Amino acid sequence: MGLDKIWVFGEGDGDDVATITLEMLAKARELADTVEVFMAGDGDDYAEELGEHGADAVYATGDLDGAMQGVAVASAVAAAIESGDADAPNAFLLGTSQDGRDVAARLSVKLDTPVITNVVDLELDGDHLIGSEPVFGGTVDVKTKNTSGKSGIFLVRPKSFVAEGVGGAEADVEDLDVPEAGTTGAARVVERFAEESDGPKLDEANIVVSGGRGLGQQEAFAMIEELAKNLGGAAGASRAIVDAGWVPYSSQVGQTGKVVKPDVYIAAGISGATQHLVGMKGSKNIIAINKDPEAPIFAVADLGVVGDVHKVLPKLIEALSNR
Amino acid sequence: MKVVVCVKQIPDPADPGALDPETNTLKRDTKLILDESDSYGVEMALQLVDAAGDGEVHLVSMAANNEVGGLRTALAMGASSATIVSDDALGGSDALGTSKVLAAAIARQEPDLVLAGTESSDGYTGVVPEQVAELMGLPSVTFAKSISIEGGEAKIQRQTEAGYDDVECPLPVVVSVTAGVVEPRYPSFKGIMAAKSKPVDELDLDALGIDAAQVGWAGAGQEIVAVDEAPAREAGEVIEDDGDAHERIVAFLDDLKIL
Repeated sequence: MGLDKIWVFGEGDGDDVATITLEMLAKARELADTVEVFMAGDGDDYAEELGEHGADAVYATGDLDGAMQGVAVASAVAAAIESGDADAPNAFLLGTSQDGRDVAARLSVKLDTPVITNVVDLELDGDHLIGSEPVFGGTVDVKTKNTSGKSGIFLVRPKSFVAEGVGGAEADVEDLDVPEAGTTGAARVVERFAEESDGPKLDEANIVVSGGRGLGQQEAFAMIEELAKNLGGAAGASRAIVDAGWVPYSSQVGQTGKVVKPDVYIAAGISGATQHLVGMKGSKNIIAINKDPEAPIFAVADLGVVGDVHKVLPKLIEALSNR
Repeated sequence: MKVVVCVKQIPDPADPGALDPETNTLKRDTKLILDESDSYGVEMALQLVDAAGDGEVHLVSMAANNEVGGLRTALAMGASSATIVSDDALGGSDALGTSKVLAAAIARQEPDLVLAGTESSDGYTGVVPEQVAELMGLPSVTFAKSISIEGGEAKIQRQTEAGYDDVECPLPVVVSVTAGVVEPRYPSFKGIMAAKSKPVDELDLDALGIDAAQVGWAGAGQEIVAVDEAPAREAGEVIEDDGDAHERIVAFLDDLKIL
């Protein structure tokens, strides 16, 4: 016994469906009889992969011509429900991404229904969905039930569920018409820039090496990159050094930024602020190197080294490159 | 140019938060300070008004008991004036309830630009700026890492998962800025003294024409059904580096058979 229908917000990652979307589909299948995807862009590009992961249908807007997804997708969904072109689902699941948040926020106003944010687990309570959210850096779990009597909106954090194909047939593609938004839709993307990086993607790598303020200066981040490369992993960073402009935002691990769950996470010169812990404490094994024996990172580390990253890292890099 | 900045006043993060066991909401009985995430919006607003040559920065905040501790910090940085919305009926407000209040208070200012942080440091829902925009019928651009205003249009670099997008939007627009977008200034002594006499408008729900049933516990449309200690991750071994810690790390990695 489950819900009748859940709608999952679909996002693309180049030609593929974004991992967060597939993760939500896996959970949605457990919770509802029918699972459908709503998304911006061309649904035909993703229908096969979405179907393979259990989506019954894809409602897609087509090319948005630079319009922001928040306004376009939310108004299209609201209009489809209002006109009866689509039946309202029991719940909407969206990933905690830039566009996922925008769409959830706009949709919540249009439907006058709450958004339950930072969800890492979902369970059924009769006809209600309950979301679990970590607070205070993940030391406390809060469970929140949507009692509004309307479709709940849940913003789901990446890596909360495991994506799994079920061999479903290609999903049916339906048009999601975007109403004329007027001034509300006046923001336009005029150009997109991608930051290139070598090696495995940060949120998919089996090994992640991250650096923080303890590196002292931007140049020292080269050690992090070298160690990551030696280990066949990806380099990450704490918010402090992203804010300082040493490394791009795409390298940030934490509450804002990427959530990572590698087999091994090495934190070098990172104190372990709540903001950072939320993004990496799900790692299987954590190694921390920090000068301050009181640093909170040691409370989650399987192996903690109280020491200077400028002394430990060069020796570690040398030892590994000799193997 | 008139810029309104949404400012959240939060308990000092150095003084760890707690949930009220009666109501399962954040305890807010400690002194409130300016959320660091919002200091970037305040700084950005001050710089844009400077660049425009004229204009002012107005702050809007919602807090219990007309608390202004954090607002005074932002006024000391250089904002001209502020609105604080307080009402007993606001306790328990979720993001949407908060956004309804902020949108109504902001609309009274008829701003050219509304700035906010991408998310607060305590609640971090990250949906308020976009909800405010929808309620006000305005466009919005979230996750801005740079903003400039040229000819009545905002040019914004918006962070994306892959890199960034160049986005253009005519004013007025709601923009949420990331931490690190600018370096927030420290209030000068002169600024701190001046802040004490800057005007702060105190409003309640009646003044904003908002029905109490739409906000607070009544309007939240959600219920916290459980609060549990998360299973703690156990700390492992901590060693002092006396010159050979790297060998221990290599041995640890060897045990995992990942080398």
